[in-house]
Amino acid sequence: MSSEARREWQRAYDEGPMRESGFETISGVLVAPVYAPESAEYPGRYPYTRGPYASMYRSKLWTMRQFAGFGTAEDTNERFHQLLDAGGSGLSTAFDMPTLLARDSDYPLALGEVGRAGVAVDTLADVETLFDGIDLGSVTTSMTINSAAPTLLAMYIVAADKTGVDRERLGGTIQNDILKEYQAQNEYVFPPRPSLRLVSDVIRFCSAELPRWHPVSVSGYHIREAGSTAAQELAFTLANGFAYVESALAAGLEIDAFAPRLSFFFNAHIDFFEEIAKYRAARRIWARWLRDRYQAQDPRSQQLRFHTQTSGVSLTAQQAEVNVARVAIEALAGVLGGTQSLHTDSYDEALALPTEKSARIALRTQQVIAHETGVANVADPLGGSWYVEELTDELERQAEDTFAYLDDLGGGSMLDGVVTAIERRWFQNEIGEAAYEFQRKLHQGRWTWVGVNAFTEADDSAPATLSINPNVEARQLARLRDIKANRAMHVVDAALARVRGDAADPEVNMVPALIGAAAAYVTLGEITAALETVFGVHTERASV
Amino acid sequence: MEVVYVGLRNTPESIAAIALQEDVDVVGLSMHNGAHLTLAPLVVRAIREAGLDTAVVVGGIVPNNDISVLVDDGIAAVLGPGTSNEDLVAAVRQASNGARRASRP
Repeated sequence: MSSEARREWQRAYDEGPMRESGFETISGVLVAPVYAPESAEYPGRYPYTRGPYASMYRSKLWTMRQFAGFGTAEDTNERFHQLLDAGGSGLSTAFDMPTLLARDSDYPLALGEVGRAGVAVDTLADVETLFDGIDLGSVTTSMTINSAAPTLLAMYIVAADKTGVDRERLGGTIQNDILKEYQAQNEYVFPPRPSLRLVSDVIRFCSAELPRWHPVSVSGYHIREAGSTAAQELAFTLANGFAYVESALAAGLEIDAFAPRLSFFFNAHIDFFEEIAKYRAARRIWARWLRDRYQAQDPRSQQLRFHTQTSGVSLTAQQAEVNVARVAIEALAGVLGGTQSLHTDSYDEALALPTEKSARIALRTQQVIAHETGVANVADPLGGSWYVEELTDELERQAEDTFAYLDDLGGGSMLDGVVTAIERRWFQNEIGEAAYEFQRKLHQGRWTWVGVNAFTEADDSAPATLSINPNVEARQLARLRDIKANRAMHVVDAALARVRGDAADPEVNMVPALIGAAAAYVTLGEITAALETVFGVHTERASV
Repeated sequence: MEVVYVGLRNTPESIAAIALQEDVDVVGLSMHNGAHLTLAPLVVRAIREAGLDTAVVVGGIVPNNDISVLVDDGIAAVLGPGTSNEDLVAAVRQASNGARRASRP
């Protein structure tokens, strides 16, 4: 006699597609798709602790989505084609610092930064080159960008329009998570309120015109990399997610019209079981809050889906090859935690951007986990472990304490609570204290870090690292000059006037004006300057 | 000891102006984006042009091959990934003493 939960799970499982695989151990033991007593929670069922889907990796492995970007758009386009030719189906774009900060390559502060840590994009022309020869209707593209997200999305849409790809076919993700910029990553431009309006505009535009697009990727990754604990990463990220939900609701959207398209991005750090518990707690909390607090009816609104990246800060410059082991362990935590996509870091990333060799080893690490270890045969294989279940519950309790604090601070609004806490530097201080505490532990030998404060080697030679061609900046500047010289200035001026006008009216969605500006080859920096005249700029408080 | 944190998004000239105004012993630059070879020497130059002999130290993601280049360009110390707190304090102290000694007639 099977329980109703079990029967519902079985129905959903039977409906899903199956990968070609024997689903058995090396000894030939047939493996069940999930293990649980009749009365237990099953994957693909509320509150989704055990995974958003009934069949998990039996239907489809996670997407191996490796982040890439360097130099000019031509350089990165070439890398994209290599990745697609090697069987990849997803692209993930890393932008350089000036682009991330919504400035042009000829902005004074861009000196030395152009094309260094990602690809340089100034105008639509760069986006057209970046995706040249790639069918935007058949790949999915992730763009890791926040302050400049609405403009980059506008450029991407125009590039697709011009190659005849319908907007309904555009699939991908734009990070567009501005809150964590104030909390951790510091790539903000405008103050929080107008920035949140831009996030809502993108959500609203995508839910109307880009049904396959993820308009926000709520990101804990950067909070963690700035030094937070796993518990803080979980709590702050979900609090930001609630703030975006409330912001979109306030803009007049229906919860089930946009919540299914919100996605998440978490870190995979080295504390193996705590990371797995973190992902499980995240799914359970999101499901409950979306159902109970925001009245989401659609199960897809309640299902938290996430991308994972292994932790950059856990890697060491010392004995850098040892990082291959760290990345494998972290990636395994992401998979056992049920991630939907995964980026594995390269062993040389404490030193530089990855070489072709180190990036290949990183991808191979995922392939070993996927195809050799057998861990993809069973959904939530650690569910029911007393340790993992208790850790999941504990992280959930700690997160709820944080939500209660923020909700109270916001007078019953998570949105106001999060913004107020940013303005009071509460998140920033919490993260800073956690980072300092970690350094103290390291210093006092209470944390052992192989190769750093233990098992060190006197003669530790660093691996060869990637160097960026110093001509990149000159090439990009020449390209920008050329584009600027060949535009009809009255069209550019009219497009910028519309950007300013629409920015001044909070009832108007900014995205159409940005699409118009992108199509007129208005530069990213020109758009930012126009928006600044209306929105102002956010400055961090200097301290003595 | 007093630490003056000047925040993000400064230019070599603005850093030199603050160093002059605050009469600092050491200027520390945190650089993670691969721009160190371009920007760190410009900061040293701006500081010298402001008439200061203040030491400049760089911390961040600096590949080993770049360290000697930065030292040749007048950077007093380069503190790469994994630098311990003790090494960091010692390097700043040494850079600060070096600058003070040099500035005495």
